[in-house]
Amino acid sequence: MLALQGAFAAHASIIESLGVATIEVRTKEQLQTVDALVMPGGESTTMSMLLERSGMLDPLRYRLNDGLAVLGTCAGMILLAVDVLDGRADQHSLGAIDLTVRRNGYGRQIASFEADLDIVGIDEPFHAVFIRAPVVERAGPGVEVLAMVDGQPVLCREGAVTVAAFHPELAGDDRLHRSWLADAGLISI
Amino acid sequence: MLKGGVVMDVVNPDQAKIAEDAGAVAVMALERVPSDIRRDGGVSRMSDPEMIQGIQTTVSIPVMAKARIGHFGEAQILQALDVDYIDESEVLTPADEAHHIDKWAFTVPFVCGATNLGEALRRISEGACLIRSKGEAGTGNVVEAVRHLRSIMGDIRKIGQADSAELFDWAKQLQAPLPLVQEIAETGELPVPMFCAGGIATPADASMVMQLGAQSVFVGSGIFKSDEPAKMASAIVEAATHFRDPDILVKVSTGLGDAMKGLEIATLETKLAERGW
Repeated sequence: MLALQGAFAAHASIIESLGVATIEVRTKEQLQTVDALVMPGGESTTMSMLLERSGMLDPLRYRLNDGLAVLGTCAGMILLAVDVLDGRADQHSLGAIDLTVRRNGYGRQIASFEADLDIVGIDEPFHAVFIRAPVVERAGPGVEVLAMVDGQPVLCREGAVTVAAFHPELAGDDRLHRSWLADAGLISI
Repeated sequence: MLKGGVVMDVVNPDQAKIAEDAGAVAVMALERVPSDIRRDGGVSRMSDPEMIQGIQTTVSIPVMAKARIGHFGEAQILQALDVDYIDESEVLTPADEAHHIDKWAFTVPFVCGATNLGEALRRISEGACLIRSKGEAGTGNVVEAVRHLRSIMGDIRKIGQADSAELFDWAKQLQAPLPLVQEIAETGELPVPMFCAGGIATPADASMVMQLGAQSVFVGSGIFKSDEPAKMASAIVEAATHFRDPDILVKVSTGLGDAMKGLEIATLETKLAERGW
């Protein structure tokens, strides 16, 4: 769990319940020890600054380049994208998935919403919670779109990087984490 | 999504910018920081909508604003302004001596203060979706925040040990709805996130309250009443992340200039934490 800020605890309890051990990552030393990484929801501007101040930006870019399996949700999606619109000028992009995302694209807190998603590879609909969520404005040719809301991608995958505009950790449903962990080779379904 | 972060009180767009630059997860827009409210006296109300809008256009992080306890009229205005959260706050002068706002009547989320678990559960039953321990705002003295946090976390731990019959008595003692008490017994935590406020003035204060179980911190006067607000703000942000890492805390606590002066609780004329019930 990238634990600089945000909703990492809820991800951790789902992943632990699937029999995979988790640690909280706040330093570059801790980052070197993980087999896969969750980048949780929170404030992307805050996390971007803390990544820089803790000297983790380059080590993280290196590991992403090296094929580290990552699940980025909400703010995590923003940090992992190639292009960010409506972010701060000094906000860092890790450029790990070929997306253009608009920060808070659906509006302020009050515009938060829920939706039942049809997800590629998951049988029954998945109840998704969107909180000040980013909007995907462009998905590159190498990006697989796994779920959409109103014609806009909300769950995408490119290589080992999976990103969601919503908060799968709040659904009381472990199917998305289960399928990500299986793709990462950490559990077998 | 505010967990593991710092919410900072700001009174104008310039301060909001400093807060965002330092890594705040949200700002709280208010007319005067609590230490000035304490000094100036008079009735303290919701902020001028123009000031709130100025802050909303300046920063991209969530903007919270305060309404007086029980003042649903102010809350309706704040909701229409599209603030991200409303803080029904004891720092402002209460508008109703018997009733808090019926927060279920709103779509905007509310944060409320609490000095103990019963108060927290009553606010949750009224629809609050975030609780902050009250502490004593505007003092720069963390002792009350610690008292309230320890009281809330301690009772949660005790309820976790109680048997099913004892939960009825807990609900009675706390003057709180039984289903919420039963939920705590089952999950071992509050049904909503629990932050800490009131008197946090240094990175060390933030680190301590996070270790005591707060999931984030609110810092009011502590930043803009310190010698070097920008430095203090970013130091407290780092402390909220690395709260268990003393080596990093040494680094972030160094060279910050003076923290706000602070007040002894026994000398206070008004205890803000006693507002609300």
